[in-house]
Amino acid sequence: MDVLILAGGLSHERDVSVRSGRRVAEELRDRGLKVEVRDVDTGLLPALREHADAVVWPLLHGASGEDGSLQALLELTGARYVGTRSKEARVAWVKPVAKAVYGGEDAATPDFVTLPQSLFREVGADQVLDAIVQRFGLPLVVKPARGGSALGVSLVRERDQLARAMVHCFAYGDNAMIETAVDGTEIAVSVIGTGDGARALAPVEIVCDGPYDYDARYNPGRVEYFTPARLDESATATVTDAALAVHRRLGLRDLSRVDMILDGQGRAQVLDINIAPGLTETSLLPQAAAGSGEDLGALYESIVRGVTAH
Amino acid sequence: MTSPDSPGTRLDPWFDSYAARAHAMRASEIRALFSVANRPEVVSLAGGMPYIGGLPLEELAEMQRRLVMEQGEVALQYGSGQGDEGLREHITQVMALEGISAHPDDVVVTTGSQQALDLVTKIFIDPGDVIVAEAPSYVGALGVFRAHEADVVHVAMDENGLVPAALETTLARLASEGRRVKFLYTVPNFHNPGGVTLALERRPQVLEICRRYGVLVLEDNPYGLLGFDSEPLPALRSMSEEGVIYLGSFSKTFAPGYRVGWAVAPHAVREKLVLASESAILCPSNASQLAIRTYLEHADWQGQIKKFREQYRERRDAMISALEEHIPEASWNVPEGGFYVWLTLPEGLDAKSMLPRAVTARVAYVPGTAFYYDGSGAGHMRLSYCYPTPERIREGVRRLAGVIEAELETVRIFGSGAQGPGDSVDFPSPDLA
Repeated sequence: MDVLILAGGLSHERDVSVRSGRRVAEELRDRGLKVEVRDVDTGLLPALREHADAVVWPLLHGASGEDGSLQALLELTGARYVGTRSKEARVAWVKPVAKAVYGGEDAATPDFVTLPQSLFREVGADQVLDAIVQRFGLPLVVKPARGGSALGVSLVRERDQLARAMVHCFAYGDNAMIETAVDGTEIAVSVIGTGDGARALAPVEIVCDGPYDYDARYNPGRVEYFTPARLDESATATVTDAALAVHRRLGLRDLSRVDMILDGQGRAQVLDINIAPGLTETSLLPQAAAGSGEDLGALYESIVRGVTAH
Repeated sequence: MTSPDSPGTRLDPWFDSYAARAHAMRASEIRALFSVANRPEVVSLAGGMPYIGGLPLEELAEMQRRLVMEQGEVALQYGSGQGDEGLREHITQVMALEGISAHPDDVVVTTGSQQALDLVTKIFIDPGDVIVAEAPSYVGALGVFRAHEADVVHVAMDENGLVPAALETTLARLASEGRRVKFLYTVPNFHNPGGVTLALERRPQVLEICRRYGVLVLEDNPYGLLGFDSEPLPALRSMSEEGVIYLGSFSKTFAPGYRVGWAVAPHAVREKLVLASESAILCPSNASQLAIRTYLEHADWQGQIKKFREQYRERRDAMISALEEHIPEASWNVPEGGFYVWLTLPEGLDAKSMLPRAVTARVAYVPGTAFYYDGSGAGHMRLSYCYPTPERIREGVRRLAGVIEAELETVRIFGSGAQGPGDSVDFPSPDLA
C-alpha cells in the first residue's frame, strides 16, 4: 500500500472527515496509487506497523486530528505523514495563540478576546459581556477557541443575543473567542508546500445568502463561490501574501487553508487557519485547485510524494 | 477592487431546477454530531434500533437458505403490488392479537410502515392541509408531512396519551377557522417519543370526536405488542373499520432490515393506496416478504416477542433506576412498553444546544425539537433503551448526568440558552427513527 488515509475520529467534525477521506482516496486511486482509508481506533497502531512504508495522510478534522495529538502519535511510531508537525499544529490549533504568532501588518486579525467559562462565573457574566460590547461594539462573532466547520459559531447583532451565543459556544469547549465581526469580502486561500517553497492556490471568494454556517458549507446551493476571487491584482496579492505569511509564520507543512475577510480598507483580516482543510466535494481547497488550473489528483499525488522530502 | 471575469458557482448545476420545498432542506449540525454517535465509544441512547442480537440468527440463516433453495424463483422475482397473499394472511393473525378483524384483501404490504405513511399522506394531503398529531410526535412522520407540505397542529398528551378534550378544542378551533383537517396521526401504544399509551376509555372518545368532525384517524402501531406487563389494548381500528387507517410493522417485533410494514384501510382508500404504491415502487420486496412469511410459519414468533419484552423491560428498568440515581433533577415518564423515555430537562436547559457537549462526553440522545413540527420542545429529549445493554445504559445515563450538570453551570452563568420555536427543524434520518 502507498497511502494510508486516516479519517473519521471522534470529533464533532467526524462526518466531514469521513467525506474528505473518501474523496482524497478516490483521487489518489485514479492516479494508480494503492490507498486504504481507516478510522482512528485500536487497530491504528497495528495498521501503521503493517504498512510501515506507506505515507499516512491524517484527514481528521477538529480535536485530536488538528490539535497535534495524532501527529505526535505518528511521530512516535516513525510514520511518514502528510501535513503539519505536532509542535506547530498545537500552536495553530488554538486560535488566539495562532493569532499572536501570525498577526502582523500583512496578516491582520479582528480585535478579539478569549475567555474561559470559569472567568465569566467568577467575575459575573453580564459585566464581562457588557465590557466586551463596550470595547468592540456590535456585531460580534462568538466561536469556540478551538474547532472548525463553523460548529458553535454565532453571529451576534444584538446585545441580548450574546448570552445565548455563549451557551452555544461553551457546549463545544471551555474557551470562547469573541471577536469583532468584519464587513468585507469573504476569501479563502489554500496554500500548498512548505516554507519558502509554499505557494498559494487561486483565492476563493465566498458569497453567502446568510451566515457561512454549517448548512451553507455542506449543503450546496446557498453559497456562490468565485474562483479565482473577483479581485484585482493588488487585492489578490494582498490575500495570497497574507495566507503565505500565516502559513510560514506558523511553520505549517504541505497544505493549509487560511480564511479571511478583505475589509473595506483593503486589509486582509485573517479569521481562521486550517491545517487539515476539508477536502469534500464542496470544500474550498479542491475548488481552489480547479480554479488554478490544477488537476486535483495530480496535486494530491504531489503532496503524497513530497512527504519523502520532509 | 473587483474584476468581473470569474463566473460564480453554487457547486450544483441544478440549483435553479429544484422544487421550492427542496430549498427548505437544511444540513444541520445535529446530523453531523450523529455521525459520531455511531462509534462504539459512544453510548447511543438516540436511535430506536431494536435489539437484533436477541434474535435466533442461526435459525434465521437456515430459513433464508431454505427460502432461496426452495422458493428462490418466487422470492427473487417481482410480486404483487398489494403484497404477498400468504403474508397478508399471517398479518391478519398478528393484528388479531390487538382485536382487529381483517381479511387479507384489506391489507396492503409496504416497504416499512414508513412507506405506508408516505402513501397515506400522498393520497390525502394537498399543500396547506392540516394534519393533527400528538405533541410531541414521531419525527419520521413529521418528515413525511413536511415533504408533502402539510401543516401539522399538535394536540397535548398526558400520562394517558392524547387528551380528548384538547383534541376536541383543537378540531373546533380549526373548523371555526375554516381549515380542513384531513387526518389525526396518532401512535396510541408506547408512543414514540412520549412513551405513553392511550388509555382504553379514551379510545372510543377519540374516535367519536374525529367522527363528528369528519376527520380520518391514522393509527400507527409499531409497538403495540411490546408491552411489559399487560395484554395489548384493542386497536382503534378494532373499534372503527371505516374511520381508521391502521399501520403495522415488523420492524420492532422482528427486524427492521427487511423493511416490511403494512396498512389496513377502508376499501376505497385501500384501492388508492395500492395504486399509489405501485406507482412508487411497483411492488414490495418479495424476498423480504417471503422471509417474514417463512419466519411466521416456522419460528416461534410469539415466543420471540415475549423474549424481546423481557429484554426491553430489563433495559427500561436499568434506564429508570439510573435516571433516579444520577439525574433526579429531571423528570420523565416510566413507559410500560416500547422503546422510549421522554425526559424533561431542568428549567432553562436546551437539549439541542447541549448535544455537542454530550457527544464530547460520549453519549447521544435525540433533542426534543425533532418531535415538534415547529422545532419547539427544546427542554426535552428522547432516550432509547432498546439497543444498548443495561450496563451501557447505566453508563450512558451517568455520562448524561455529567453533561446536564456542566450545562446547568453554563446556564447559571449566562441564563437560559434555550432556543425559541422555529429556530430550526430537524429532518428525520435513521438515527432518529
